[in-house]
Amino acid sequence: MTAQTRGSARPNQWLRNLNAKIASIPMILTAVVIFVGGTAWTVLYSFTNSKLLPRLSFVGFDQYERLWEAPRWIVSIQNLAVFGFFSLIFSLVIGFVLAALMDQKIRFENTFRTIMLYPFALSFIVTGLVWQWLLNPQYGIQSIMRSLGWEGFSFDPLYNSDIVIYGILIAALWQGTGLVMCLMLAGLRGIDEDIWKAARVDGISMWKTYVLIIIPMMRGVFITTLVIIASGIVKVYDLVVAQTSGGPGIASEVPAKYVYDYMFLAQNLGQGFAASTMMLVTVAIIIVPWAYLEFGGGRKRG
Amino acid sequence: MKLRFLAAALAATVAMPFGAANATDLEVTHWWTSGGEAAAVAELAKAFDATGNKWVDGAIAGSGGTARPIMISRITGGDPMGATQFNHGRQAEELVQAGLMRDLTDLAEREHWKDIIKPASLLDSCTIEGKIYCAPVNIHSWQWLWLSNAAFKKAGVPVPKNWDEFVAAAPALEKAGIIPLALGGQPWQSSGAFDVLIVAIAGKDVFEQVFAKKDEAVAAGPEIAKVFKAADDARRMSKGSNVQDWNQATNLVITGKAGGQIMGDWAQGEFQVAGQKAGEDYTCLPGLGVNEVIATGGDAFYFPLIEDEEKSKAQEALASTLLKPETQVAFNLKKGSLPVRGDVDLATANDCMRKGLDILAKGNVIQWTDQLLSPDSQKQKEDLFSEFFANPSMTPEDAQKRFAEIIAAAD
Repeated sequence: MTAQTRGSARPNQWLRNLNAKIASIPMILTAVVIFVGGTAWTVLYSFTNSKLLPRLSFVGFDQYERLWEAPRWIVSIQNLAVFGFFSLIFSLVIGFVLAALMDQKIRFENTFRTIMLYPFALSFIVTGLVWQWLLNPQYGIQSIMRSLGWEGFSFDPLYNSDIVIYGILIAALWQGTGLVMCLMLAGLRGIDEDIWKAARVDGISMWKTYVLIIIPMMRGVFITTLVIIASGIVKVYDLVVAQTSGGPGIASEVPAKYVYDYMFLAQNLGQGFAASTMMLVTVAIIIVPWAYLEFGGGRKRG
Repeated sequence: MKLRFLAAALAATVAMPFGAANATDLEVTHWWTSGGEAAAVAELAKAFDATGNKWVDGAIAGSGGTARPIMISRITGGDPMGATQFNHGRQAEELVQAGLMRDLTDLAEREHWKDIIKPASLLDSCTIEGKIYCAPVNIHSWQWLWLSNAAFKKAGVPVPKNWDEFVAAAPALEKAGIIPLALGGQPWQSSGAFDVLIVAIAGKDVFEQVFAKKDEAVAAGPEIAKVFKAADDARRMSKGSNVQDWNQATNLVITGKAGGQIMGDWAQGEFQVAGQKAGEDYTCLPGLGVNEVIATGGDAFYFPLIEDEEKSKAQEALASTLLKPETQVAFNLKKGSLPVRGDVDLATANDCMRKGLDILAKGNVIQWTDQLLSPDSQKQKEDLFSEFFANPSMTPEDAQKRFAEIIAAAD
């Protein structure tokens, strides 16, 4: 009895839900040792001149200086910015519009949903190859249009340095919007029917209801979707490898490919680590303020 | 270190059943997967099996760029194969320095490798701190211009005898709807083509000053400026060859859709497979017909350190087999490459191979950039030239400035 009364003070905080805490120890260890530990290790070695094998001989910021002087890295960053901006906007907009259309109690909804989600079941490599063929001027869209009579029709984004990144964007959207649509649809289904009825009674038009009432109510879904899309953007790699392998020239290079190429092909771990650390910093710059607002601010509101 | 140990322990448990079954199985990894290459590897396997051991083929599809990271991670991860291919040069340098590779010095001395391997620079590439760590198997040279006789006939101009004539013939080819120069999109191809142009246009001495001595002033100087002008020509001539792989580009030449291609002697295998004859259907110009010099790139086998008596013996047997005259002849004829010893007779070699052998016999050889530069500098060069060849708005002057920077930073 006495032990129990004493237990109701401070230590209880730690011992509450003991089973759950024990069960989560492996995951906590994984997170700390593998994710945090691995990250710290990578950052540490990015300040060394490690070549094929990691070596602790520090060279200060040399790797970072070289990184930011490399034209290929700059091109990679620009490509990532363009790709990220458009794929974020388009996949959210297209995904939401598709979901809203799907939510109109249409017939064969299951069929349509399956069709839309189908591309997501393919790996990026397959998507990349399919779109490489479609966008190939000799076999793909261009040749079909020409054979239909539009002789002057020209559409070969993958062979044009200036627009190649949009060719990759098309494939990424084709693959990704289905998932966004499903997430949005789930969000829409979570909205209480009464809200719609109330809006209708008040005579608010449909699109206004969506924009002013439904979307703000779907904040959680939007944030989840945003995180999923954003993480996909930063690590885009296989799509580029399958479609263009960075070409023509270096016009469609992306940061993840730079990291791989320098770590394994160029046998320069230091340079690869520096590049991956920069990727981490980029993500942190975006995620940290957002997480602070979202979770820090959220508690105050709640 | 701890991670490596753990990986080794894990790998050991996986490898155990195989080890127990047959101790003299030796897994050999390589990236020779095209038709002619596979036939050549089969010759090596046959010769090795004849020694009472068993060759376990570990071909890795893709190119060296795909295969090397896999090989290296297996060696550093504690799951070494019995033997593995690398190119002559510095690709395995750090593995050796880390003590992961086997020292072959004893065997080399016993079998007098120093006397039989020609040119000697091949063995130098295998030698690190006075010890020998690899067995060279062949010589591949990059310095070749392959020309389609049919394409020039169609354009109504004679088949060029050197690079300048080729450049002069380009407008006629274009008029006939032929791409003058086939160039694949993979970065190593444009970078390699440029290195070939250096030897051809600026000569052997400049090549050595730039890549062996890493002389930045020469790299930024007028001789290399001339090379960049030639590369600018090549860039214009290669416009429209929208292919990726080298053999697709070679195929453009074989089918007469392109006039020519700068590519190593491995392209010859493609002409052979297509049933074309040197001199009749295609023409080969070593050193682009200007400077008849060939570089001694190629392949060598390295042997990871394995603590297993039987396997070590098998490794030694393999290394010795690779350099036997019979193996050298059988392998190199199928591979289209030149043997690493001067005392074997390639009676059935074709025209182009003979040209190569002659140049080799005269001693007009240089070390290739794989031997002289680290993979890191090579990659930077590839980035530069794949951009240069794909982007017509990049001026030769800008490109040369960046080239000189890469040479200045090279180690």
